[in-house]
Amino acid sequence: MAFQSNELAKAYWRENVSLMLKLLAVWFTVSFAAGILFVDQLNMVQFFGFKLGFWFAQQGSIYTFVLLIFIYVIKMNALDRKYDVHED
Amino acid sequence: MDLQTLTYIVVGATFALYIGIAIWARAGSTQEFYVAGGGVSPLANGMATAADWMSAASFISMAGLISFMGYDGSVYLMGWTGGYVLLALCLAPYLRKFGKFTVPDFIGDRYYSQTARTVAVICAILISFTYVAGQMRGVGVVFSRFLEVDITTGVIIGMAVVFFYAVLGGMKGITYTQVAQYCVLIFAYMVPAVFISIMITGHVLPQTGLGATLLDGSGLHLLERLDGLSAELGFAAYTEGTKSTADIFAITAALMVGTAGLPHVIVRFFTVPRVKDARISAGWALIFISILYTTAPAIGAFARYNMIDTINGPDAQGTLITEAPTWIKNWEKTGLIKHEDKNGDGRMFYSGDERNEMTIDRDIMVLANPEIAQLPDWVIALVAAGGIAAALSTAAGLLLVISTSISHDLLKRNLMPNITDKQELLAARGAAAVAIVIAGYLGINPPGFVAEVVAFAFGLAAASFFPAIILGIFYKKMNKEGAIAGMLAGILFTVGYILYFKGIFITPFAENKPENWLFGISPEGIGTVGMAVNFVVAYAVSKFTKEVPQDVQDIVEQIRFPKGAGEAQSH
Repeated sequence: MAFQSNELAKAYWRENVSLMLKLLAVWFTVSFAAGILFVDQLNMVQFFGFKLGFWFAQQGSIYTFVLLIFIYVIKMNALDRKYDVHED
Repeated sequence: MDLQTLTYIVVGATFALYIGIAIWARAGSTQEFYVAGGGVSPLANGMATAADWMSAASFISMAGLISFMGYDGSVYLMGWTGGYVLLALCLAPYLRKFGKFTVPDFIGDRYYSQTARTVAVICAILISFTYVAGQMRGVGVVFSRFLEVDITTGVIIGMAVVFFYAVLGGMKGITYTQVAQYCVLIFAYMVPAVFISIMITGHVLPQTGLGATLLDGSGLHLLERLDGLSAELGFAAYTEGTKSTADIFAITAALMVGTAGLPHVIVRFFTVPRVKDARISAGWALIFISILYTTAPAIGAFARYNMIDTINGPDAQGTLITEAPTWIKNWEKTGLIKHEDKNGDGRMFYSGDERNEMTIDRDIMVLANPEIAQLPDWVIALVAAGGIAAALSTAAGLLLVISTSISHDLLKRNLMPNITDKQELLAARGAAAVAIVIAGYLGINPPGFVAEVVAFAFGLAAASFFPAIILGIFYKKMNKEGAIAGMLAGILFTVGYILYFKGIFITPFAENKPENWLFGISPEGIGTVGMAVNFVVAYAVSKFTKEVPQDVQDIVEQIRFPKGAGEAQSH
């Protein structure tokens, strides 16, 4: 076992899953909520030359996806170090 | 120099490059053949993943689809990128820690069952063949249009090139060739997009050009103008689309989850040295993919604007047939554009109502785009090379999955566990060779339902692999009975629904229209429901069957943190 105790292993996994769920909530919001479910409401807002909902569906969601992965990588690397389960 | 000679030179040069790389990166062991020795840097792996992922469909067809579908085309943009978030956060790091070669490896070991492994192998092979036939066809189309050889010869040349580097180099050869192919295809995609964006809006970046003001003096934004044109010509508004919200939601979800469940994408994350690298290479892959995916909607909009403008003329009265631009004449020869002068006024007219006289194939938009915008010949030659690079890189990745499934999952792990590494490598090469020939045959004689079976590939991946892997990682108590029942239920439901409306091999039972669909969800989006069926059945069955053995539960504990991830192991 790489962890000092079972409690630590559980705590690491809890933090990991909670980070994942938070990021997935953003993932859902920019694509399914902003780009699909509430697209008509957001389309009333003009964003540069775009209707906002349309922009989220064809541009904004994709940029956010990239950001999410990089945030995940940075946070997870820090978490691995905190619990001393990182690779050499 | 004429266009054709130029195209031969550009395409020939890229082929020479791929073959050179293949000779340099030969595989000596099964480890190198299956996962490139597990030593690919995350940046290179990200680039290779991007090329592997972006197929002939992404390069040739997607912008054209968006051009005709407007907002509805967003399903492809979000669906085929959002899956990478799922891959990076929920799958890639854990599968890398698990440290095996293939997806059926994971399913078979995690669910301690040869039956589960066999179900997974069949799915992997089915999904990959579906996909690869389309790629070979894409190669053929590009060859026939730009090099003026017939499709059969085109497919055979394509087969020969893939054969060379996939059989010789395995994953190692494929990975480094894909890095080169990514560079070729992204350059070929961006150059015309930037040119056209500057011409229409004055913006260098197509991504901002999409929302910019037109340079034609009207003072209107490009998207406003397209909405206006759509209204005048009897199309649905460009920024609004026609599909129901439920259907858009389901298709997007099916494509996202399907992406995360496709074996040729997942296997890429076995090729990096560490868990950390698996996470970051998903990030690199998505950056490289996004460059194309955020440009595609711009190309779609530019192409639509340019096309309506050229065909209907600036005064929207129609252009005289005698003055039709050369690209229309060129593509009429291939049969992909047709004009029928219905009102006999000697003019072409394109609209969404009874005035329409044009039949335009969506697939030509990207390939014809440089001609429509009257860009120089070298740009057109480049686009041809890019289309071939996109198709070949994806075909190679898929062929590897097929050959690995046969030599590793079926022979080594199932039927003939005693074969040596050398024999297994030979079997892998043999299987790759046979798979290429079958794929080529399907490319030359495409079954009439290529478009329909693509829905199959994503639906199957979403309804079978994705839930089984997610449960395998995040739910320790999921046992083999639950996983197998879930996969079978998901597949049967999804396949049944698609057959019910599309009727591949059989007559459809019902007409494929929204009134008949379950919850208003089309066969393209039904994988989402199939996935839900899989989750529910798996959970229910696992509650009523034997508990998971302790040693398997310990393995699941072990894959949840990075420390101690070694090289990919065959046992």
